[in-house]
Amino acid sequence: MRRIISLLLENEAGALSRVIGLFAQRNYNIETLTVAPTDDATLSRLTLTTVAGDDQIEQITKQLNKLIEVVKLIDLTDGEHIERELMLIKVKSSGAQRAEIKRTSDIFRAQIVDVTPNAYTIQLTGTSEKLDAFIRAISGSTVLEVVRSGVSGLARGEKVLTL
Amino acid sequence: MFENARPYRDTVKVKLGKSVKTRGIEVEMLSGADILVRSLQEENVEHIFGYPGGAVLHIYDALFKQNSIRHLLVRHEQAATHMADGYARATGKPGVVLVTSGPGATNAITGIATAYMDSIPIVVISGQVQSHLIGTDSFQETDMVGISRPIVKHSFLIKSATDIPLAIRKAFYLATSGRPGPVVVDIPKDMTNPTDLAPFQYPKELSMRSYNPASRGHTGQIKKAVSMLMQAERPMIYTGGGIIQGNSSEVLTRMTRLLGFPITNTLMGLGGYPASDRQFLGMLGMHGTFEANNAMHHCDLLLAIGARFDDRVTSTVSRFCPYAKIIHIDVDPTVISKNVVAHVPIVGSVNQVLEQMLVLIEQELPGRTEKQEKMLSAWWEQIEGWRGQDCLRVNTSHGSKVIKPQQVIQALYRHTNGEATVTSDVGQHQMFVALYYPFDKPRKWINSGGLGTMGFGLPAAMGIQIARPDELVVCVTGEGSIQMNIQELSTCAQYGLPIKIINVNNRALGMVKQWQDMQYEGRHSHSYMDSLPDFVQLVESYNHVGFKVTDIDELDSVLEEALSLKDKLVFVDVLVDPDEHVYPMLVSPNGSLRDMWLKKGVRT
Repeated sequence: MRRIISLLLENEAGALSRVIGLFAQRNYNIETLTVAPTDDATLSRLTLTTVAGDDQIEQITKQLNKLIEVVKLIDLTDGEHIERELMLIKVKSSGAQRAEIKRTSDIFRAQIVDVTPNAYTIQLTGTSEKLDAFIRAISGSTVLEVVRSGVSGLARGEKVLTL
Repeated sequence: MFENARPYRDTVKVKLGKSVKTRGIEVEMLSGADILVRSLQEENVEHIFGYPGGAVLHIYDALFKQNSIRHLLVRHEQAATHMADGYARATGKPGVVLVTSGPGATNAITGIATAYMDSIPIVVISGQVQSHLIGTDSFQETDMVGISRPIVKHSFLIKSATDIPLAIRKAFYLATSGRPGPVVVDIPKDMTNPTDLAPFQYPKELSMRSYNPASRGHTGQIKKAVSMLMQAERPMIYTGGGIIQGNSSEVLTRMTRLLGFPITNTLMGLGGYPASDRQFLGMLGMHGTFEANNAMHHCDLLLAIGARFDDRVTSTVSRFCPYAKIIHIDVDPTVISKNVVAHVPIVGSVNQVLEQMLVLIEQELPGRTEKQEKMLSAWWEQIEGWRGQDCLRVNTSHGSKVIKPQQVIQALYRHTNGEATVTSDVGQHQMFVALYYPFDKPRKWINSGGLGTMGFGLPAAMGIQIARPDELVVCVTGEGSIQMNIQELSTCAQYGLPIKIINVNNRALGMVKQWQDMQYEGRHSHSYMDSLPDFVQLVESYNHVGFKVTDIDELDSVLEEALSLKDKLVFVDVLVDPDEHVYPMLVSPNGSLRDMWLKKGVRT
């Protein structure tokens, strides 16, 4: 099952490598990973998605918690949550195609953020499924380049991950 | 005793004479190297095991100028880590290692991994190239923090001399608290520069928001566990290295005797419960006794304490303890339900949890019914039946001069009254000690269990001998293992370490050969030791004493003489039966704990 784990990490050199190394070392997989400092400069927030069974996810969360630099951790998929991923996608667009791509972008509430006579760069935010669906929807066009941020997320309601 | 001993000079006040005031407090200004040494003194470090080199020269100079910390020079950095490890296992105090960058650091890796797998507190200080050279593939550069990352509890790369005191404070705290383990502190050479001064203040208080090791166990869970113990018909206690590391041997013994339950120890847990006691069933697992493994298999309640259900203990996990409810106590939550699911998990310091349990048990025990008592004695009757198999009986043919390896250990036990501190290397001889030298006290049996590091025994014994100069320290080894750190005979000569080395010499890598006999139709692919040295001549060249024994009738007299030479390192090369196997041995793959080979060709 796909899981979204979000954790607060001491913003120190080498901390990220311990998290990533743990996954490699123990044969877990990381599907996506995103990390940046938070409003508190001493902390980074890291969100990762992984596919694992219940037993393995228990080990993953325990092992992550055991890392000295991991301050706090939450498995967002345990409860209701909001997840978002950002995608920038560069599509070849000329002639009649331009209008079609524009229409599809509007349907997905995507924004065209860069334009040249032959290409659009489109920005789209949403769940990973939505981004996948957009790529499928424009599969008639030539996709030149795709970059995705990986999943970020928060728990719904008043539940928070803070110190 | 101390090489290069000179009166201690306070480098600041005498030599540099500088100090600054911060917030009204006078703070000494010291070089990074002096800060490091002073920090180690603050941690009450008495011994450092190490080897100098370019990146740590400033630190070695600072060590030269003091005499409260004694440095012991090894011949290979791996041995330094094993010495610190042995020192820590025997004393419970953290062992300290100092190595240089590059090859010094990489040589230390095997020893760090050994300590990691057995949860031993050591602090490894490695030199690093100057910070501006990091990442440029400079001379003797290696990414020590990166290389050691998967085998340390934590590590630090020093970014400024002012960071040293806090890093050292944290390193010792992390190494020794919770589930202990090795910590690496990597220090670039320019951070220890004698001309760059930084304020020295050793932190008294330490709080880490991201690290809170468990202490007391959950009261509700403990109540549940005790009530299960009271209900059990066929209970079994299984304990590991956590009892030793957690100094819980005494409370475990009290609790076990009070309950009257059978108990087994893992390889790492031997000595945690007195082995000569009737309730002790011997070691369990791959080479565990017939009675211990059978009692594990048939029990209806398993109380696991400070043990981690290693694959060498469980054999086939799906067939492990099929009738048992499992209570698992450990300080590290990750080991609970990792390999075998626990019905009642209890996270906490083993010592505290056992104390909590003991209080409840004392209350509950008088309420145990006659029926329950009967059930327990029936269980013991069954166990005595298994014990009656006498699975450790040694097969000797009458009148034969051949020495069986088991007899060597039995003789050693007799001649030391079972009171020696014994280290071992890895292989058949290790199992023979575990089975034939019953340890009654903790921290007397020192071996590399998790990683299984050949070459561990001699340097570990050296570390112990340093810590306990007047005690008898014996290293039981084999002709394969001893050659993996044999250069340390030189270190032993330098420091006059009177270790007794028993070389169980079967002219083969015995355990490899045993597996090849059993699973590869006797094809001994690279498992024999050709061109062995004459060990007696070899040790004599270091001015040690050597004996060679080939006849069973000489074994006792030679051992007696060897052990009587109290001030000398004595190497006893015992030529044993090359075809002996270690039994019992679990049937693998797909066997359960009751499926064992009892001797050659005979299985349950």
